[in-house]
Amino acid sequence: MKKLTLSTLIALSSLSSVSYAACAIENTQEVKTISASFAAWKAVTQAMAECGNVSSTLDSEFKTKVGAALAAKPSLYHVSGVANGTFVPLLNSGLLRPLDDLVVKYGKNLNPNQFIQVDGKTMAIAMMINTQHFMYRKDILDKVGLDTPTTWDEVLVAAEKIQQADLIQYPLGGTYQTGWNLAMEFINMYLGFGTDLFDGNQATVNNESGIKTLEMMKKLTAYMDPEYLIADPTFVQKQLQQGNVAMANLWATRATALDNKEESQVVGKVYMSAAPKSMENGHPASTMWWDGITIAKNITDEEAKNAFQVALEGLDEEMVKENADAAIWLIKGYKPTRLSNGAIQNAINKTPSYPLTANIGLIHSALGKNVSDYLTGQKTAAETLQAVEEDYTSAAKESGLL
Amino acid sequence: MKNKTFFTFVAPSLVMMLVFIAIPLVSVFIQSFYVTQGVYETVTIETCTPSFPTSICESTEKTVPVLDETNTPVTQTAFVGLDTYKALLEPEKVSELISNGQFFDIFNSIDFYKALRFTLMFTLITLPLVIGVGLLIALAVNTASKKVKGPIIFVSLLPFIITPVIGALSIKWLFIGEGLLTRALESITGQEISMFAQGWSIELLMMFYRVWHVAPFAFVIFYAGLQSVNQDTLESAIIDGASRFQRIRYVVVPHLMPLIYFIALIHLMDTYRVFEEIIGFSSEAHVISLQWLTFDFLEPDDTGNRSISRASASSMLTMVGIIILLVPVLSRTLRDQKKG
Repeated sequence: MKKLTLSTLIALSSLSSVSYAACAIENTQEVKTISASFAAWKAVTQAMAECGNVSSTLDSEFKTKVGAALAAKPSLYHVSGVANGTFVPLLNSGLLRPLDDLVVKYGKNLNPNQFIQVDGKTMAIAMMINTQHFMYRKDILDKVGLDTPTTWDEVLVAAEKIQQADLIQYPLGGTYQTGWNLAMEFINMYLGFGTDLFDGNQATVNNESGIKTLEMMKKLTAYMDPEYLIADPTFVQKQLQQGNVAMANLWATRATALDNKEESQVVGKVYMSAAPKSMENGHPASTMWWDGITIAKNITDEEAKNAFQVALEGLDEEMVKENADAAIWLIKGYKPTRLSNGAIQNAINKTPSYPLTANIGLIHSALGKNVSDYLTGQKTAAETLQAVEEDYTSAAKESGLL
Repeated sequence: MKNKTFFTFVAPSLVMMLVFIAIPLVSVFIQSFYVTQGVYETVTIETCTPSFPTSICESTEKTVPVLDETNTPVTQTAFVGLDTYKALLEPEKVSELISNGQFFDIFNSIDFYKALRFTLMFTLITLPLVIGVGLLIALAVNTASKKVKGPIIFVSLLPFIITPVIGALSIKWLFIGEGLLTRALESITGQEISMFAQGWSIELLMMFYRVWHVAPFAFVIFYAGLQSVNQDTLESAIIDGASRFQRIRYVVVPHLMPLIYFIALIHLMDTYRVFEEIIGFSSEAHVISLQWLTFDFLEPDDTGNRSISRASASSMLTMVGIIILLVPVLSRTLRDQKKG
């Protein structure tokens, strides 16, 4: 990973010295950016580098570094690329700059749904969305004569039929790796029942929806590879690519890999739809995530103005046209493809966004630690949910939230 | 003068130990009695997040940190005594479970005891295995002909050279559902094998890995020890008609005893801090270790929270555990030394 970052840096610095042509402004001040390291951020930072004097850090340990880097005076970076999760601690620590004035001046080309507004102030500019949605092998569902499942109950039926027909031994894939991923699956399905995770700052997952969620998760695991508790998104992506599973709820950013001729044996066979619902009349059991740019607070107004303009150059139409497959862009000029259908269906069907609160991280960790106890049979559903609430409470007390 | 020379030589390492071991240890010890908390307030905030075709805006009550005039979050630190240790050890829950007659549930339902159970078992089971396997390799290599000794020593040292996390990962990839060795075993036995689907098989794999990884260390030490076995005693034992086993039992092993204690000491210290196996095998669903527990408390979650106090308390408890394990071995070594 480090090598990759380094090579990107080298590529960026060489780019910046060659081509100024594609950038509308002439950048004379230094602009430093930090972000997570994946294809979309590579595209955006490369586009920014075309303006010159831009140095970008793409870091897989972004989450742990960015807080301290922006708290320095002056801040070590001008632009930081955040996602919903990483945005909250920065916002709460007062390290981000409201962008309203800058948007009025320079943001004519932005779509209105790109603005992340908190308390009436624009704090970030989103560039793409990400969400977990349903990916399925149309050819296999056709063979067993089923339509695309829209609820988890229908997924169970489909899985059973595929197994019965001896098409695939374990037809279902899921990011059930203990910890963050497993907790995410729980939260997706739980929110699908329309119930809240919190009452004030108290966790309230030990209820009917919580139990239903756990029971459904356990039923689903019967159709998964028995080692599902170590299945991270890359594992599930490979299962799909190699034709070892027929259906999976997976991140939208993984979709393009399924049509990558060099890795995938199922090019063109995997179709995308909204995440299955937890209940018939609910919304897709998933959450919407976004990635976007923010400007640091601890820099001068002049620097901020300049950095914002450069950042917008990275988020322009030209970049999207060149990197149409890298993400589900929110930027003008993006044309959805067959592979972005799942994410768009999720959005149209009112999938809620992953909550931007200080306590969501605590319950996410507590769930990640405990949900597997139910799946492995060490605890009952009620005991598991009670343990989640207890873990949450002790963590919340320690951090001062309770 | 003699004392002065001694201290001049020792001083740099004493200073290093003070700065890098003693001071952090004291600070962790103190931290485990304090809790630093953010100050929060509840406000109603409207947030808009992107979606298609328009944004989703909603107004919700949110708890946000209070910022001071320099724009940094306000925190307060309070002395909490043993509260953090209590949160970790959950004495009330333990006594409740015991009074309900569910003694073994303690090791299932409370993280600390779950980790303690695995850590202790792992340490105590691998200890005799490492010593035994190390001794066997040393004895075997010692009897090998001079020509092949060099290459054999080199090959048997290889597992020890591999970085622990990398070693654990490669074992995982070999034994995972689609892994090479699993496929091979499946075709031999005709059965489906999922090593990572249940706790006991993961634990077995971890112990196998640890013994494979550490035995070369024991081997090197024992091999060195074997070079100084008194040949006269061995020869007279042969003349007296002692079998090979008897010679090992009554001549070689007593000679190696101090080394066995030394390896036991190092192994107990190292293995009680078992961590790489947990990460490498992603076994958190089934088994966790004390060191992993500390790591987990320290790891910031999505919203940047860490449990520094509980991490400090858990690392202090880990240290106490190591000391308890080491005391018998250390006192035995001291007694032997006095005798000698």
